[in-house]
Amino acid sequence: MSAGIPPASAPGPQPAGRRELPILTTTAAAPTCGARLVHDFTPDLIDVGAHHLCPGCGEPIAMRSMVEQVQELDQVAKAIAVFGIGCYTAYSNNLDIEVLQALHGRAPSLATGVKRCRPDTLVFTVQGDGDMVNEGLQEVLHTAARGESVTCFMLNNGVFGETGGHMTATTVLGQRTKNTLGGRDAAEHGYPIRLADLIAQLDGAAYVARGAVDDIVNITRTARMIKNAFRTQLRGEGFSFVEILTMCPTGWFVDTAAAPEYLATTHAATHTLGVLKDRRTSA
Amino acid sequence: MKTTGPRPPVLPGSAAIGEAMIAAGCRFFAGYPMTPFTEVLEHMAARLPEVGGVCVNAESELEAVGMAWGAAATGTPAATGSTGQGLSLMQESLAEIVYARLPLVVLNMARAQGDYFQATRGGGHGDYRHLVLAPCDVREAVELTQYAFHLAEFWRSPVLVMGDYYLAHTHVSVDVRPRDFGPLPARDWALDGSTGGTGAAKLVSPLSDRKQRHAGDRTDASYDLAEFYTRHGGAMERMVAETEPRAETGFLADAEVVVVAYGTPALYVRQAVRDLREQGLRVGYVRPITLVPFPSEIVRAAASGARVVAVYENSGGQMVDDVRLAVLGAAPVRFIGRLSLDSSGFGIAPDLEVGAMRRRIEAAFGPAGDASAWTPQAHGRSAGGARRAADPR
Repeated sequence: MSAGIPPASAPGPQPAGRRELPILTTTAAAPTCGARLVHDFTPDLIDVGAHHLCPGCGEPIAMRSMVEQVQELDQVAKAIAVFGIGCYTAYSNNLDIEVLQALHGRAPSLATGVKRCRPDTLVFTVQGDGDMVNEGLQEVLHTAARGESVTCFMLNNGVFGETGGHMTATTVLGQRTKNTLGGRDAAEHGYPIRLADLIAQLDGAAYVARGAVDDIVNITRTARMIKNAFRTQLRGEGFSFVEILTMCPTGWFVDTAAAPEYLATTHAATHTLGVLKDRRTSA
Repeated sequence: MKTTGPRPPVLPGSAAIGEAMIAAGCRFFAGYPMTPFTEVLEHMAARLPEVGGVCVNAESELEAVGMAWGAAATGTPAATGSTGQGLSLMQESLAEIVYARLPLVVLNMARAQGDYFQATRGGGHGDYRHLVLAPCDVREAVELTQYAFHLAEFWRSPVLVMGDYYLAHTHVSVDVRPRDFGPLPARDWALDGSTGGTGAAKLVSPLSDRKQRHAGDRTDASYDLAEFYTRHGGAMERMVAETEPRAETGFLADAEVVVVAYGTPALYVRQAVRDLREQGLRVGYVRPITLVPFPSEIVRAAASGARVVAVYENSGGQMVDDVRLAVLGAAPVRFIGRLSLDSSGFGIAPDLEVGAMRRRIEAAFGPAGDASAWTPQAHGRSAGGARRAADPR
């Protein structure tokens, strides 16, 4: 697949998913294929495709996957997303599903209130590791222990991305951040919390998984985890949780292209990928 | 007032407040036990399921206010509450709920009166205000709790109701039937999921009610906080300006000394003022019922003919600042209160006794001094000079 001038006889639009922008010819003949815009690749439920997140950020991939699963499960007119505060908050006013914006760390409690009053909705939180593990750890643990019929998603990149790359409770040992310049040292900074593992131990949690968006295989697996988490909620089987490892080349101080490999070798080595718990009666 | 038919039920204040919330339509409550708020939570936990509502025993006040926030966002009349310390934990959320423009009723079953600043200034961040109501007894608490739900819904804002140990535990015969405070706007902002996929899915956010798709040519795709905070600030100003300030007043016409007090202590002030009137002292009182908006005009008018404005609070003096701002130097403002607690910190206050209150007020007739240094030993019953000067007979 090489980008370039399509042959004059090229038929219609290119198949969906191809990223190459056709270069319009300047001949007098009408172009055979219109230029494709960001919007053409934007999922139906994301209003504006342009965003101000950094190049190489994994959060838009995870966000896309969530809304696509809402759509695939035909829950568009029943979904309420509750957002925490982080870089991903750029999407809280940019979705075509209903959104409730929470404080940093507090989204699981808001989701609880929503779900208790509207039991027929699909309620999920979108939070980062700083939001969920640092600021609001007790919120998500209690919500899981209560077996609340909501789904919580944690976008885990191991840094406070929005402040510019500072240590969180999931930062892996050895990782350099702006306030652990020599790398996270257990003696000084303690150990990372493996949140999905912690939640899996709680009886109220029915489905717990950890995915990643560093390559197409993991993106596909994570999409399935998201779908299974939603199905858990839709069937009223308990609390569901998916932790999603996302790239943050800016906060990791690595090249954009090197970030997926950094995720796989560094973060995924501590935060092991996989389904940690699946108590669904019919998988 | 003569009534026919059965007498209203005798209820402890906590249950009466709970019943008032249910009568006002409250169908979601979340709380964490703390004396003297606990019995309100107990009542709601027992009663809400009976009327199709939900009460969640939250794991902390942080969760309680978050759950109530989520419930409120669905258009469900919701409430939460605690005691001062628990309210401290809720302040961050309360500040944000004001900006998210959601109706919510919050109870502070306080210990003494040290939470006036927390209630009226807010421990929360940012440029926000919300309404604060301060009943003095159970019957008024029933009325104001229902009014709080109306105000919250009307202005789409949290409304705080201040109570205390006395309100929570006094048993009275009280009519808890629903009151009608007039029409309310439609809840067209409430979330139920149904607008998803329409191109206009709803957003409830303390950062803005406008979405990126409405940003037009603005290249910065994020929230426009400058626009939203400015527009929202205007709505808050309107709420505070257009809500009627309320106060009870008595014996003001010729009052030389005007005593200002709110909540339970105001009952003792009122009785002490009546007693002193019978003794011929020209004394009156103002009892603020709305703390936000503060009834400044009423206090100012009361002060205009007075020699001294005395403020009693069961604290080191907080509302006294608002009284000074209302009086604006028209009369000297003397603080005659102090913190009075039993050893538990939340029970019966030794100073809340009519005789002691009378002596405090009498002392305010005396020469200017440090009234806060008042002691029974120093002042006893010997305010004769004041009585001679005031006695018209």
